[in-house]
Order: sequence, then C-alpha cells, then structure tokens
Amino acid sequence: MSSETALATLAPEIDGVDSSTPAPHEPVRSQPRTSRAPRTVLVLMLAVFAALTLLPFFWVISGSLRSLDDIRSDPGAWLPSAVTFDNFARLFSTEGFGGYLTNSVVVALIVVAGNVIAASAAGYALAKFDFAGKRIAFIGVMVALMVPYTAVFVPQFVITANLGLVNTLAGIALPSVALPISIFIMRQYAGSVPDELIESARIDGAGEFRIFARIFLPLAGPAIATITIMSFLASWNNFIWPLVVAQSSSTYTLPVALAATSQAASHVTDYGLVLAGAIVVMLPVLVLFLLLQRYFVQGIAATGLR
Amino acid sequence: MTEALASGVPRSSRRPRRPGSVDASVGTDTRLGVPRRRRTRRSRHTAMAWIFLAPFALVFLVYTAIPTVAALAISFTDMHGADLRNPFAVDFAGLSNYVRLFGSAQFLHDILNTGIFVIVGVPVTMAVGFALALALNSGLRRTRGIFRTIFYAPVVTNVVAVALIWQYAFNQSGTINDALANFGFAGPNWLADPHLAMPVVILLGVWRNFGTAMLLFLAGLQGVPEDVQEAAALDGAGWWRRLWYVTLPLLLPTILLVSVLLGVFFLQVFDEPYLLTKGGPLGTTESVALFTYKQFGFGDYGLSSAASFVILVLVGVISFVQFRLLRPRT
Repeated sequence: MSSETALATLAPEIDGVDSSTPAPHEPVRSQPRTSRAPRTVLVLMLAVFAALTLLPFFWVISGSLRSLDDIRSDPGAWLPSAVTFDNFARLFSTEGFGGYLTNSVVVALIVVAGNVIAASAAGYALAKFDFAGKRIAFIGVMVALMVPYTAVFVPQFVITANLGLVNTLAGIALPSVALPISIFIMRQYAGSVPDELIESARIDGAGEFRIFARIFLPLAGPAIATITIMSFLASWNNFIWPLVVAQSSSTYTLPVALAATSQAASHVTDYGLVLAGAIVVMLPVLVLFLLLQRYFVQGIAATGLR
Repeated sequence: MTEALASGVPRSSRRPRRPGSVDASVGTDTRLGVPRRRRTRRSRHTAMAWIFLAPFALVFLVYTAIPTVAALAISFTDMHGADLRNPFAVDFAGLSNYVRLFGSAQFLHDILNTGIFVIVGVPVTMAVGFALALALNSGLRRTRGIFRTIFYAPVVTNVVAVALIWQYAFNQSGTINDALANFGFAGPNWLADPHLAMPVVILLGVWRNFGTAMLLFLAGLQGVPEDVQEAAALDGAGWWRRLWYVTLPLLLPTILLVSVLLGVFFLQVFDEPYLLTKGGPLGTTESVALFTYKQFGFGDYGLSSAASFVILVLVGVISFVQFRLLRPRT
C-alpha cells in the first residue's frame, strides 16, 4: 500500500533495526547517549506503557482460567479465585470446534502454498526478466496492494458464487493465494540476487525453469520464509472475507466461529469459553511472532502494513 | 519443453551477441546497435515472464481487476441477492443508488463517523508510535528489543480475539469498571453509551496499529544522521529544538508514509465497529465499510456497491496523493 520508492528506502533501515538482540558493540545512533538517571526514568515510563499494552493479554489469560461460577459471581475480577482449565476442556469438546480449527488450518495451508508458488515465480519474473508488459504487471501489483478489500467484496462474492465456491474452503482461500505483499517481498529479494549467476547459467544452456528452480529458489530461502509467515498471518487473521463466504458452520474458520459464538448470545456471553477460544486463535500467531520476529519485521518493511 | 526453447539457440551463436556487460539485456540500454538484439531477447523472455506471472495475473484478474470494474458497474444497477446466479440479468438503474445513498441519513452519519475514525485515529496512533520510537531510539540497548517486541505484538494479534477481550473488559461489569470501582467511580456501560462507544472502538484501532507506526518511525529515525544532531547540539539547540528543527523535517517522508497507511486503514475500518458494537449504539460507531457490509447482508448489492465505490474513490485519492508526494524523493 505504499509506493515503491518508500519501500526501497525503508527496507534496509528496518533490517538494520531488527537485530533482536543488539550486538555488544552496536553503535548508539542518532542521539547523544542520555545520562543514567533520565534513562532509568525513560525505561520506567516505557515499562508502564508496555504494561498497558499487554493488559488485554493479561485479561484474556486470567479470564480464560476462571470458572463459570467465578465469572458469574464477580465478572470484573482481574484474577481467578481459583485457576481452572475447565474452559479449555469445554472448548475442545464443543461441537464443531475441531472442524473450525481444521478449516482455519486448511485455508492457511492453501494460502501459504499458493503464495510461495505464485509469488516466487512472479517476483522472480519482475526482477529478472526484461519483457513486454513489465510495467503493466508491476502496476497490477501496485493496484492489488491499493484496492481496498472492503470496496470489492460484493463483486468478489458474485464471482465466487458463479464459480460455485460459496461456502467452500477453496472459496475462502482463493482470493489470498497470490497476495501482492508476497510478490513485493520476492521481487525485492530477487533483485539482490546477482544477474551474473543467472546469465552464466543461461550461457551454460540451462532453461529458464531450471535456472529458477535450481539456482534461484535455493537462494530464496529467507524470502520464502517471510512470505510463508506473512501469508499465514494474513490467512489466519482474515475475518471479513471468510465471514462473507462461509455461510454455514461447516466452513467457518476459527475467527468467524468465535465471532458467531460470542454474538449468538450477546446478552449472556459465556466469557470463560469465549476467552479460551480467543487464546486458541491468538496463540499460533503470537508464538510464531516471538520465535521468528525477524521475518515479521521484514514483511512490514516491504509493505508498511501487515 | 521450455528448456528446449531456451537452449534452442546454439550456444556458439548466442555468445558473441553479448558484448561487454553481462546484463546488457536488462534495463534501459540505449547504446547504438543494441536495440535490435534486445528486441529478440526481450520477446523471447516475454512469453517466459508471463508464464511465471500467470498465477498472480489470474488471481489479480478474477479477484481484483474484474471486481473493481464490476463494483462500479453494479452500483449503476438494481442488483439484489436474488440475481446472484444471473448477474447480467439486472436492470440499469442510473444514479438511483447514489441518490438513495446520499439521501440516507445513516450513510451521511457513517461518512461523518468514518471521518472521526480518521481524524482522531490517525494522529493518536502516530503520536503514540512516534513517542515510542523516539524513546526506543534514545540510547537504550538491552531493553530495546524487548520493548519493540511488546509494542509490536498487538499488530499480529487476531482482531476477533482482541475484540472479545475488549468486550470482556469494557462491559458494564467488566474489568475496567471493576478497577474504577476501587477508586469509587461507578463505571458506565462503555460500548452501549452513544458518547463513549466511539472512543473505545477507536482505542482498539489505535492499539492494533501503533506498533506499525512505531516500527516505521524507528526505521526513519535510524536514517537521521548523527552528525547533524551533534552539530545542532553543539550550537546549543536543546532537545525540543533539535526535535522540531532537525529530526521532524528529516522525517517528513516517513511521517507522510505512516499517515497515509493509517489513513487508508481507518478509512476502511470494519472489524473494530463490527465486532464491538455492530455500528451501535444508535449508529454512532457505524463506518462506511460497515454500511457496505450491512447493505450486502440485506441483499441490496447495488446500494452496497455504490457505498463501496465511495471508499474506493477516497482510498484512491489518498494513494494517489501519497504516490505523488513520495515520488520526487529519488
């Protein structure tokens, strides 16, 4: 959703920001080092703000560990009167829960596989081929980045219906199988692979597919990792499109099912169950994020948005 | 098969045709005598490139290009849910959807609400993100990575899950009011109060986005040259003056980028109001995107598309302005 120039200038700098554990001799940049006392104050202020930022995570953990009776008798309590995993047990035995989880996973797998294949090929072509229509193709990627999702879902739905894909997992996954974000990431990465490598392979008589598969792809690991993570994130957290396409609980993804559960009985929400569900939805992405932060940050660098 | 195509030209005949630089075929090479060679090379690569681009191009056509044109087309018809299987059997309705749209008090209210989302949400998110970026960039070492992780976590968190937590926290007997009660305040029913619902909905949008703003500002700050800062400091400029006269002007492109990204986000805001309030109470949190979704739900595809086209135009204007403003930098 941002112009190419902005991307190009931002990316290396963000890469620079990203060493998750700063090197011991990392130079302190931009501003003269503040002295010790103000720095302690600064860290304290940041800690307070960090605590505020994390409050929702605290609430969801503590709330999901409270028993039904506990929540009923004192809904606003910040801590469980007694820790129980009852809500999770109820959640996992809820009719359909396994199905929602499977749906979310299947859709995510289709989306990730599609993005890795489509974006590797398209990004490589945009970076390494000189061809008629290159400008148009690039404008296409920019347009795909910029067209607001909320503006096109009605015709997307009409098309999906006429393809017979309403209420199917394929119908949910297909619009996301070639995300422009992924193509951007791959194009940027492919640009950094030396042309000489490809040229010399051509001189040796290797075909273009062979060059792509045998020379480029093995080098593209980091970009493929970023694409995998970004597209998994997009698919797992996608809400409005699955909400439109999944018309019965058989194709609900986890977020859609969760929203439906909480709204089915909005006056007497079973918060214990709902918050346990929230944890199950949040957890995979948060764990991935903590483990692979670098790739998330690179994804943001390439697009400016998730 | 393709390999045969590519290596169809004998090696001996291909080699001498590549004088000098190996990547002569890439980019805009205008040297005399080169264009003709480039033409053949280029046309050979054109088919290949489009084969590589085919999956993206197909998805782009079916799910972006055609729907964008179709959204405009549908907005001039009386298409309804019943026409789903016969999308071409609808009647031309002229501007009647747009007349209905701008005659609808709720839609005008929604434009106002969306304006509030943008006018409040964007600056607040930017201010928080910028303040955090400044703090993280001022000499912190050991704690910086931890703070960055914490502040970025909301960005990757599932919105449905967070919205449910928000409801748990902000309902009449939720955790927020429980805390307020300790100080003797009887807390309101936040999401059901026409004056308080909007701030709570916006707060969720801010919470989900300030991490992105922070990260982009942090990147921008790393690009501010140290010696300029030092020179200003030597000249006796205090912290505020350095921020105002040195840092901010140098950060202008980043500020622009962040404001546009956030502007586009808040213009299309849907998840937050849909999940927290369904647009209520009394339509006070309904955004244009939510209006679009509701009309779609009622089966009024024509009206829904007209409303979505308004979003498309607004986002288009913002994107265009961004493109214009960012281009001259390089």
